[in-house]
Amino acid sequence: MSENKKWMPRWFYQLASPRWSYEIMGKLLPGFAVAATLLLIGGIIWALAFAPEDYQQGNSFRIIYIHVPSAILAQSCYMLMAVAGAIGLIWKMKVADMVAKSCAPIGASIAILALATGAIWGKPTWGSWWVWDARLTSMLILLFLYLGVIALHSAIESEATAAQSSAVLALVGLVNIPIIKYSVDWWNTLHQPATFTLTERPAMPAEMWVPLLIMVIGFYCFFAVSLMMRTRNEILHRERRSSWVRELIEKR
Amino acid sequence: MSFDSFSEFIVMGGHGLYVWLSYAIALVIFVINIVSPVMQKKKVISDLVRRLRREKKSS
Repeated sequence: MSENKKWMPRWFYQLASPRWSYEIMGKLLPGFAVAATLLLIGGIIWALAFAPEDYQQGNSFRIIYIHVPSAILAQSCYMLMAVAGAIGLIWKMKVADMVAKSCAPIGASIAILALATGAIWGKPTWGSWWVWDARLTSMLILLFLYLGVIALHSAIESEATAAQSSAVLALVGLVNIPIIKYSVDWWNTLHQPATFTLTERPAMPAEMWVPLLIMVIGFYCFFAVSLMMRTRNEILHRERRSSWVRELIEKR
Repeated sequence: MSFDSFSEFIVMGGHGLYVWLSYAIALVIFVINIVSPVMQKKKVISDLVRRLRREKKSS
């Protein structure tokens, strides 16, 4: 056991310590908060006022600067939740369980944002708020998976059992992620294909995609802030019996 | 600037309602995701303080 412990980096084992995680997140939070604020404010001003309008969609195109980052983040957040849940299952790492639990409400709200902005964008572009199209349906399933994880956490009294069962649900639901990604290729759909791919340059001019990239990074930083705040609360609550939490409370 | 006047910026070529509604929903979701952990923290801390006080009294 001690042999195969060595092929993981040191920080991975430090993450297993709730106290170390609480402190490192406290140190990281201000930086991410500043980055998120600057990127989002800058990105939104650029997106709303300076990005050129689309020659087909006009100004409704500006919704992309909320829609695409939220759709990307909703899926990344889900993957993080499933991976953290798996780490909790395999290594019995409490902090990983807490991260997974904290991902669910944030991810659900971001999935709602992606669906809502998609519907609002669909109205002027497709003439309909909603179509039962593969991309939209699989995104709706993503929201339901998040809600399922939240429901499991609130329904099961024992924190360990709740973490286990929601990790299993998250892992099973992981199959939905490639379905969302490839839905625009596998089925005939109204939805336009991906804006960003790793292999090709974006099909839009730089003055359109640079602010989009800024918004995506801003969304990620914002997610980091909200996730770390939630995880720190979760650590304090779950470690309430430990001496370092008592000292922390007494000192304030 | 891709708009000539402030009113054009608001109207967004007829798509103003859709664009502004999207950004307003985004703002609401962002505020929720900051306010809710702040409230959660207050509750966790006050629970911990109460717990500590109770233990001190009983000992």
